[in-house]
Amino acid sequence: MANKVELVCPAGSFPALRAAVDNGADAVYMGFRDATNARNFPGLNFDDRTARQGIDYAHARGAKVLLALNTYPQPQSWPIWTAAVDKAATLGVDALILADPGLMAYAARTHPELRLHLSVQGSATSAEAIAFYKERFNIQRVVLPRVLSLSQVKRVIANTDVEVETFAFGSLCVMVEGRCYLSSYATGESPNTCGACSPARSVRWEETPQGRNVRLNGVLIDSYKGDDSAGYPVLCKGRFLVNGKLGYVLEEPTSLSVLGILPQLIEAGVAAIKVEGRQRSPAYVAQVTKVLRQALDTAQANPEGYSPRSDWVAQLDKVAEGSTHTLGALERDWQ
Amino acid sequence: MKLSLGPILYLWSREQVLDFYKQVASWPVDIVYLGEVICSKRRAMKLDDWLTIAEELTAAGKEVVLSTLVLVEAESELLAMRRIVENGKYPVEVNDMAAVQMAADKVPFVAGPHLNIYNCESLSLMYKSGAARWVMPVELSRDTLQVLLDGCPSELETEVFAYGRLPLAFSARCFTARNEGLPKDDCQLRCGDYADGVVMRSQEEEDFLTINGIQTQSATTCSLLDALPEMAAMGVDILRLSPQSRNMAEIVEIFYEVLDGELSVEAGIKSLNKIATGELSNGFWYGKSGMEWHTVQMEEEHA
Repeated sequence: MANKVELVCPAGSFPALRAAVDNGADAVYMGFRDATNARNFPGLNFDDRTARQGIDYAHARGAKVLLALNTYPQPQSWPIWTAAVDKAATLGVDALILADPGLMAYAARTHPELRLHLSVQGSATSAEAIAFYKERFNIQRVVLPRVLSLSQVKRVIANTDVEVETFAFGSLCVMVEGRCYLSSYATGESPNTCGACSPARSVRWEETPQGRNVRLNGVLIDSYKGDDSAGYPVLCKGRFLVNGKLGYVLEEPTSLSVLGILPQLIEAGVAAIKVEGRQRSPAYVAQVTKVLRQALDTAQANPEGYSPRSDWVAQLDKVAEGSTHTLGALERDWQ
Repeated sequence: MKLSLGPILYLWSREQVLDFYKQVASWPVDIVYLGEVICSKRRAMKLDDWLTIAEELTAAGKEVVLSTLVLVEAESELLAMRRIVENGKYPVEVNDMAAVQMAADKVPFVAGPHLNIYNCESLSLMYKSGAARWVMPVELSRDTLQVLLDGCPSELETEVFAYGRLPLAFSARCFTARNEGLPKDDCQLRCGDYADGVVMRSQEEEDFLTINGIQTQSATTCSLLDALPEMAAMGVDILRLSPQSRNMAEIVEIFYEVLDGELSVEAGIKSLNKIATGELSNGFWYGKSGMEWHTVQMEEEHA
């Protein structure tokens, strides 16, 4: 039987953290309230007091706390990032999730006892890339970008001694994480530089006789008619024209869900599965954590007899972006 | 400052590629990057073909660098990457940490624009691993570059992406195949139908992005011609021009003449405007959105 697979859930706020822990997360991940993490949205994340409160709450209930400092610091603001690393060490988090190699060098040098995870924003897609970080900074875990097929994930795991974490559920980045400048091209701010994709301050909604338009720094991202449901206007999930044909050129609004292949992922040897969504509500976190906890327990107890229960699928689809799900790159057809 | 020609980012026919580099031999560029960096399914040119071109360009006095794939997924891609890194003759441009790992402490390399080098610590890490040159990520600004240049070892060369459609994103998905209604595994190399990629427009018919297989580029063409004097003063060593299918000889000539003082920046921009693929942009350099065109006059008025 494979080792126990960790369920890692998002904590964008203290109530979300509580929801994750109470519903069975083995670990939660969170960020500070600034540009040091890739979900830098107004009203989200933790200050010193709530971070302390959150860590105590999780630890008292046997859950780990991972701290995401997964943006790329520039020299002008470098001290903010190193101070965040120091603060995380003082707070006693169980691991740091880092993307920037320079910041990783700082963390490994200054806090050699601190466990390091390579963020999905680090774009490591092969055992060779992982070895770069392992040899230099002794990383203990890597979060794989959502670009590999299931067989490629298996191959990476077979060729590294670093733990592998894969995404299990949540909004799907269609681009390789850490290598997407679409947002800064349109708005001047990207996940790498500011921890924000398609930032809210650049979004403008306008009602027109033809429908509801949404613009990102002036560029029309989509136009909704009548009953069309309008999600958050991430620019890669808008409708555009190619050769005169209108459509979701890059990706439709949809969520990743690995519910259907959990036993295969466990058999492949993943150390942890992750739920996306620090920007989502505590109710979302509670719902998704609860379902995945049950699914993961079932799949680990009896992999051969496992099949995703229809009520699990329905509950997850209800909170999924676009109310629908995909295996993403794990399945060749999506690619 | 030297001029370099970046790798061809599109799928051109073998004949077109061979013909292109035959011309390049006589162009006033100092450095030429060769190889397929976007998609391993583009197999019209084999490593031996690139090495043949490399020999010809070396004989013509060019410095040749072999570029490696940006997004690595399959085992076969890693093997191909290793063969390039260990070619034994030419330096390599590494665009992924896997390639850094293969080259580190063994062969000198160019840390490519896709490595996410955003600060002095990361730059220093690359230098210590054997980088002789680095290419600034395209979303960084001149202010950031200035601090990086102040802090980096003087023997490390700095290259800036100064002309071309901006490489913005990569995906497991092939967008060209998707928009032709084909699965990636049976893509029929449709990207070969678009010598400069296919433009993605907003519903208001404004050009926005360009699709090039698994890569997404800008629809605008980045041009930092106006920043040339500033870059020279800052200590930038090399300007990268990214190939487009038409008028590339003239584009190289414009940059060369402006560098040489034979042509004014204003006249150069005017000429570029006529022959660039798409409108010009330079916003990233000035710390703004990448799609913008920022004029220095605007800046002075603002100040």
